[in-house]
Amino acid sequence: MTYATLDCLAPGQGATVQDLTFPAPKRRRLLDLGFVPGAAVTALQAAPWGDPMAYGVRGAVIALRRADARRISIVGK
Amino acid sequence: MREPSYVVALAGNPNVGKSTVFNALTHLHQHTGNWPGKTVAVARGAYTYQGEDYAVVDLPGTYSLFAESAEEEIARDFLCSGQADVTLVVADATCLERNLNLLLQIMEKTYPVVLCVNLLDEAAHKGIALDLAALEDALGVPVVGTAARDGEGLETLRRVLRQAVRAPLPPPPRQVPPHEEDQEAAALMARAAELAALAARVPPDAHRLDRRLDRLLTSRRTGLLAMLALLGLVFWLTIAGANVPSRLLSQVLGSLQEPLRALLLQWGLPAEVCAALCDGVYRTVAWVVSVMLPPMAIFFPLFTLLEDAGYLPRVAFNLDRCFQWAGAHGRQSLTMCMGFGCNACGVMGCRIIDSPRERLIAILTNAFVPCNGRLPTLIAVLTIFFAFGGGPGSSLLTAALLLGAIVAAVGMTLLISRLLSRTVLRGTPSSFALELPPYRRPRVGQVLVRSVLDRTLFVLGRAVMVAAPAGLVIWLTANVTVGGAPLLTYLADFLDPLGTLMGLDGMILLAFLLGFPANEIVIPILLMGYLSTGSLTDYQDLSHLRQLLLANGWTWQTALSAVVFTLFHFPCGTTCATIRKETGSLRWTLLAVALPTAVGIAACTALHLLLTVLG
Repeated sequence: MTYATLDCLAPGQGATVQDLTFPAPKRRRLLDLGFVPGAAVTALQAAPWGDPMAYGVRGAVIALRRADARRISIVGK
Repeated sequence: MREPSYVVALAGNPNVGKSTVFNALTHLHQHTGNWPGKTVAVARGAYTYQGEDYAVVDLPGTYSLFAESAEEEIARDFLCSGQADVTLVVADATCLERNLNLLLQIMEKTYPVVLCVNLLDEAAHKGIALDLAALEDALGVPVVGTAARDGEGLETLRRVLRQAVRAPLPPPPRQVPPHEEDQEAAALMARAAELAALAARVPPDAHRLDRRLDRLLTSRRTGLLAMLALLGLVFWLTIAGANVPSRLLSQVLGSLQEPLRALLLQWGLPAEVCAALCDGVYRTVAWVVSVMLPPMAIFFPLFTLLEDAGYLPRVAFNLDRCFQWAGAHGRQSLTMCMGFGCNACGVMGCRIIDSPRERLIAILTNAFVPCNGRLPTLIAVLTIFFAFGGGPGSSLLTAALLLGAIVAAVGMTLLISRLLSRTVLRGTPSSFALELPPYRRPRVGQVLVRSVLDRTLFVLGRAVMVAAPAGLVIWLTANVTVGGAPLLTYLADFLDPLGTLMGLDGMILLAFLLGFPANEIVIPILLMGYLSTGSLTDYQDLSHLRQLLLANGWTWQTALSAVVFTLFHFPCGTTCATIRKETGSLRWTLLAVALPTAVGIAACTALHLLLTVLG
């Protein structure tokens, strides 16, 4: 088991969400988009300039900026 | 209108075809998608089923009821107000898990609820097997499958809604026990995952095509190229396709002017009034229609096609890095895209940006991209001075030059956004999450009808409304004489020093000023001034226009300055009024006028000085 943040994932890599360190309203928004502790996430594709990154979560594709992905801690496989 | 028997609230995630369900239920055409002018303002429709009237309220698309955005507040308040007799939740069959999360939240707030699993056709396409009966059993609320674009399942939906309001099922059991707020989100999500696993079997390669397209359209290697190529293609089709119909329209409408004058004279109106109406009002309106209608009738359907296929969020994804650099919100790339259609629409579109600071940045910089009214001017000037020759090669070169102008406009948007976010609108950029929805086959027929009816005619109607009074004012300045010369000449002479400094002339600046009601009429006013004809002057074709401009001292340097000033000057009257309304502040409106004007004057002057020094 390795601990890291979501922005460390390279395209094609998957991990499990561990926690979110956002202030309350933003935290709730990301929870509702599927980034809940325990959820499986996969990095799918980086934008042309490397940021943001598209993540596969709960069957949907959500793009997050690197700065925001850094606030989501993950547990690697 | 009669009071409706029942009120149906329509809720769902963005991009699930909610507006398509709304349209199919009510036969009222409305845009799909979750940008403004569309569903951020709550839309209402109605239908009659078995002799009873149903009012349908289309709530904004949301992922949740609990986060703090304007859309979510509207949806939550309406659902909690008890105004609805039934809530219809629309879900995407290809992404049930995330969609069911919202359903579960809504089921905790209100009752009765009906679930509509839409996009069955897309799910079948992806090999996703659905068991809606099992889902209905597990949820305890009615579940109806639809493919709303084809009208499939709509009849069943109306019947189930009728049952739900007349004889609702008993309230379903709670899907998750009460939790603290934070655990609740996770508990609802876990339950949604269970339900989705129960109801849908998704093959591992279901979204393979989407990922492949994403690799082509958003990757480092091909994403930007593909974007430029696609936009270039749209421009080229618009330019190449609009020429002939524009000329035809102009001939037909022009040939009606004299019969109109004869008719007005016959009614006994004085000759001056007839001239003001025919040469001023009618001629301006005819010009605006013939110059604007064909490009819009091509551009808007193409743009809507890209939107319908799910490409616009990819543009936002591709460009987000630049908006981060500018300290702007990620959604600003979407409002900027809308600005290409119409800056007033783009400004209104900024409602989708939650943070007031970033919304202001987006509003103040929207007019930095050229709207549909300025594109014809850009196209004409670029063609005759830089790609003159005719044939397919010339329209390709024009499209390439136009693309260059647009890249410059986007660059300036970013630069000014960054400047604003470092000075008067300092603050930290807010986080944002952008969904990249599945690609969909656009419905060409629907796209045509919707974009022509909703966008083209709407924008055209507004342009005509401003063009008519503007035509009168312009005619007056050209025909009211003071000391032997028309007012127009005095004004142009007054502006000439500034115009010359910018590499233009007084008449060009005056044409921009008089074109304040609508950017489309800048060239006609200019020709009217040059030729002292006293009314808007049509040109037969581009070579005629070229001769006219050359005869009045235009060089390629004048043309370059004119292109720059067309890109960067004060927003049109409609846009200014919209900015005033959206910001509620005269000071921000004035800044929105001053910013692009200052940039335009500075850029033109710098360019002129540079070219003069270089000789």
